[in-house]
Amino acid sequence: MPRFRIPTPTVPAALQPKPKRPGSAQGPATPAEQAAEGGIHVVDWIDERTSLSGGLRWMMFRKVPKGTNWFYTLGSATMFAFLSQAVTGIFLAMYYDPSPTRAYESVRYIVNDAFLGEFVRGMHRWGSTVMVILVFLHMARTFFFGAYKYPRELNWVIGVALLILTMAMSFTGYLLPFDQRAYWATIVGVNINGTGPLVGPYLSDFLRAGPEFGATTLSRFYAIHMMLVPGLIAALIGAHLYLVAKLGTTAPPWLRAKTETKLDEDEV
Amino acid sequence: MNQLEKEQYLREYAQLKAQGKPFFPYAIAKDSAMAVITLAVIIIMSIVLGAELGPKADPTTTTYVPRPEWYFFFLFEVLRIIKPPEYVPMATIGVPTLCMILLFLLPFYDRGAERRPERRPIATTAGILTIFAMAYLTFLGANAGSPNEIDMAPPSDLKGAALTEWNEGRLVVAQSGCLACHQIGENGNHGPGPRLTDIARNLPAAAIAETLRNPTAPMPSFERLAQEEPEKFDAMVAFLGSLK
Ligand code: HEM
Repeated sequence: MPRFRIPTPTVPAALQPKPKRPGSAQGPATPAEQAAEGGIHVVDWIDERTSLSGGLRWMMFRKVPKGTNWFYTLGSATMFAFLSQAVTGIFLAMYYDPSPTRAYESVRYIVNDAFLGEFVRGMHRWGSTVMVILVFLHMARTFFFGAYKYPRELNWVIGVALLILTMAMSFTGYLLPFDQRAYWATIVGVNINGTGPLVGPYLSDFLRAGPEFGATTLSRFYAIHMMLVPGLIAALIGAHLYLVAKLGTTAPPWLRAKTETKLDEDEV
Repeated sequence: MNQLEKEQYLREYAQLKAQGKPFFPYAIAKDSAMAVITLAVIIIMSIVLGAELGPKADPTTTTYVPRPEWYFFFLFEVLRIIKPPEYVPMATIGVPTLCMILLFLLPFYDRGAERRPERRPIATTAGILTIFAMAYLTFLGANAGSPNEIDMAPPSDLKGAALTEWNEGRLVVAQSGCLACHQIGENGNHGPGPRLTDIARNLPAAAIAETLRNPTAPMPSFERLAQEEPEKFDAMVAFLGSLK
C-alpha cells in the first residue's frame, strides 16, 4: 500500500482513479498502470527517507482565502522574472569576461556571434525592467490592501529589503557591458554614494575596490552582481514565501466572512 | 491594533480562509498564467527592442553624457533639483535614506486595524501622491536635456572669434564629464574636484592647460585631446581661463 496519497478533494473528477471493475484481473494490467505504479514507488522511496510530502502538502494544499484576485499574482510574477534573470544570466556568464580590457569585446561577441546571444542578452536587459516594474506593482498592491499590517509586518520588512536588493542588481549590472554609457553612469553613481554621511566614502571605496576606478572594479561589480546580491535575494524570497505560506495571503480588505462557518480547532 | 482587534482579525481571517479554495490548483493556475504573460512580455521586448551596445568605455575621451537606467531617473532628478552644494549630500543620500527608513518602518507606525484603502485616507493619499511624484520625476528625468550643460552667459566684453571660441569651449567642457566632479556656476557636482566657478582667479590660462594635460589623479588627462584636436583643447582653456 503506497504511503503517499494524493488528497482526493482537490483532483478534478475526470482525473480521479476509477475503481476497478469487479472480476478484472488483480495487479497492474496495462503498461500505463505499471508505469504509474513504478512512479509511485519512486516517490514513496524518496518520501520514506525525506518526509518531503508533508511540507509539500502544507505548501500546495493550504487554503487561499475567498476573493483572491489577479492582483495577488504580482508577487509570483516578480519571482518568475527573477528566475528568468537567473537563467539568462547563467548563459551570459558563459561568455562574459569581467576584465576591463576584454569585457566589452566579450559582450560584443555575445551580441554579434554567439548563438541567440543578442536575444538572451535582450531578455536579461529588458527582464530587469520588467522585474523592477513588477516589484513596484506588487508593493503597491500590498500597500493599498493593508497587507503589511498585523500579523504580516515582518513580510513587509523583508519585502523592502528585496526592493533595495533588486535596485542594487540593476545598479551593478549596468556597468558590466563596459560601454561609454555604462562606464560614465557608474562613475557618477559611485561618486554619489561617496557623498553620503559616515559610510558613504567607505561604500564607494568598497564598490571601486580602491580610491579610484581601477582594474579590479569591474570584477568586483561582477561578483556582487552575480553572486552576492542574487544569493541574498534567493534567500530572502525563501523567507518571504515561507511567511506567506505560514500566515496565509490576505483576503481583499473589503471582504467579510459571510456566515459563521464552524472552524476546526486547528484552523483558528 | 490592540489585543482585541488582533484576535478579531485572526478569527475573521480564519473564516475567510476556511471558505476559500486550495492553493493548488486554483491559485497556481492564475500564477502560471501570469508567469506566461511575464515571459512573453520579456521575449517580445527582447526581440523588438534588442540589446544595443554603445561605443567602448573610454576614460580619456569623455564626450559622454552619464545617464542611468530609466528607473533611476527619479533619484537623478532629485539631484538636479537640489542645487546648492551644502544640500547635495542631503539630496543624494539624505532623501533616499529617509524614504527607505520610512518604508521599512511602515508597519510599525501605521498600526490601525482598518485595511480598506478608502477608509485609510492618510495612507492612501500618501501612497497615491508618492506614485505621482515618482512618475513626475521620472518624466522630468527622461526629458531633461543633457545633464552636462553649463548655464552661463559669456563675459560681456567678448566679441567675434573670441566669443565663438568661448562658446565652443563651454560646449567641450560641458560634454567632457568635468561636471561629474567639478562645479561650474550653477551646474555640476560638489567634489571630489575643486570648484571651477572662479578658477582663473588663482590659475592663469597656461597653468590650466598644464593641469588638463597632467592632472592629479583621479582626473582624466586631456593630453590626447590636445594632440588630436588642438582647437578643441584651446577652446577649453579659453573658456576655463575666463572664469573669474
Ligand atoms: C523580489 C521581490 C519580491 C518577490 C519575489 C515577492 C514575492 C511574493 C509572493 C509570491 C507573495 C504571495 C502573495 C502575492 O503574490 O501577492 C508575496 C506576498 C507579500 N509581499 Fe512580496 N515579493 C517581493 C517583494 C516585496 C516587496 C518590495 C514588498 C513590500 C515592500 C513585499 C511585501 C509583501 C507582503 C506584505 C506580502 C503579503 C501579502 C498578503 O499576504 O496579501 N514583497 N510576495
